[in-house]
Amino acid sequence: MTAHKESPSQTAGPYVHIGCTPSVAGLSGMYGGKDPGRTMVHPSLAASKIALTFRVYDGDGEPLKDAMLEIWQAGPDGSFNQTDGFENWGRGATDAETGLATFETVKPGGLPDAAPHVLVWIVARGINLGLTTRVYFADEAEQNAKDPIYRLAKDRATTLLARPVEAGYHHDIYLQGELETVFFDV
Amino acid sequence: MTDQRIAPRDLDWHPPALTPRYRSSILRSPKHKPLSYAPTATELSGPTFGHDSIGPLDDDLIQNYARSGGLAIGPRIIVHGKLMDENGRGLPGKLIEVWQANAGGRYRHKKDGYLAPLDENFGGCGRCISGEDGSYSFRTIQPGPYPWPNGGNDWRPAHIHFSVFGDGFAQRLITQMYFEGDPHIALCPIVQTIPSKAAINTLVARLDMDATIPMDIRAYRFDIVLRGSSATVFENQMEGR
Ligand SMILES: [Fe+3]
Repeated sequence: MTAHKESPSQTAGPYVHIGCTPSVAGLSGMYGGKDPGRTMVHPSLAASKIALTFRVYDGDGEPLKDAMLEIWQAGPDGSFNQTDGFENWGRGATDAETGLATFETVKPGGLPDAAPHVLVWIVARGINLGLTTRVYFADEAEQNAKDPIYRLAKDRATTLLARPVEAGYHHDIYLQGELETVFFDV
Repeated sequence: MTDQRIAPRDLDWHPPALTPRYRSSILRSPKHKPLSYAPTATELSGPTFGHDSIGPLDDDLIQNYARSGGLAIGPRIIVHGKLMDENGRGLPGKLIEVWQANAGGRYRHKKDGYLAPLDENFGGCGRCISGEDGSYSFRTIQPGPYPWPNGGNDWRPAHIHFSVFGDGFAQRLITQMYFEGDPHIALCPIVQTIPSKAAINTLVARLDMDATIPMDIRAYRFDIVLRGSSATVFENQMEGR
């Protein structure tokens, strides 16, 4: 039984960075110059650091340059228990010129019933309710095939795969079109 | 995290992805229905933020960007309320972030070229951590309405953007707060992406004379509701033993 309804969502708008990543918006010095969620890996874990990069494309195939992304992921052991030197939550903006969003993180571990994955949340102008998706890793085919949520996406599951690149992994997210990424209501 | 459940989201209460009157949604709305699954440990857990993670002036937009001794220009207001879940239980220790235009309706952002001038003492962002009972409070100035390119003569009602965290990442929400009595609410294509008047009404803050400080600052009350979670139930039960 619920006494109240969830507050209805509204778009984050074109100026989300003022509130969420103020230094990206040019508000230098706000919050001590440290945007929330910017640092996920501390020096003690630097050896495990990888880059996880994203581009988010609209229906015209243009990368969003005003989006804000958040990621939430397990640590190297596959759990959400505190890992020394690691923050499970990250926040970043898509670059105003290139549309690239970069997270310096570690690769999450898998569990017997869950392949390594990263939860991604996307907000921007034109997005009325934040979009939730998951990133799986293209080089974990065996574990992915056993993951119940990866399997739920059936023939569209490949839209969830980040591909290995030199610095880590890159993932393209398509809001529309033939390659439309699978989004989740969870 | 102790909770194992979260109430499903009522997608009919939220704006649909495609709302053509709000033109930006046309190319940014997925066509497929989102796939549903029961939340796993990933969605039921979420980041935590301690009271020590924010600075003493972070919740005061009148002063947090002002040059020493200065104050932001505009009608001084307190925005306060309770952050709760759908069962009405206060959510303590949660990060609430806000951003807004200045009193003239201008954002401190390189892409905002509106005629209204910047206020050198106003940055336009703030944050706080909800208290033990879920209560929160900001000091700011009332933002102005502003025009925006949407193909017509569109003006945003005065509003404050809110970003809110819950216990689990599945509760993550961004929304906007409006002001009681603003005639632009009924005209705004972004507000009107929300299907029902009842839902829109929950985003309209009320003038709160009880919390208004005489000869100083008026108050507006705005409660924020996140999806129900059983975590709070569990904790309360434990405490009640
Ligand atoms: Fe706005």
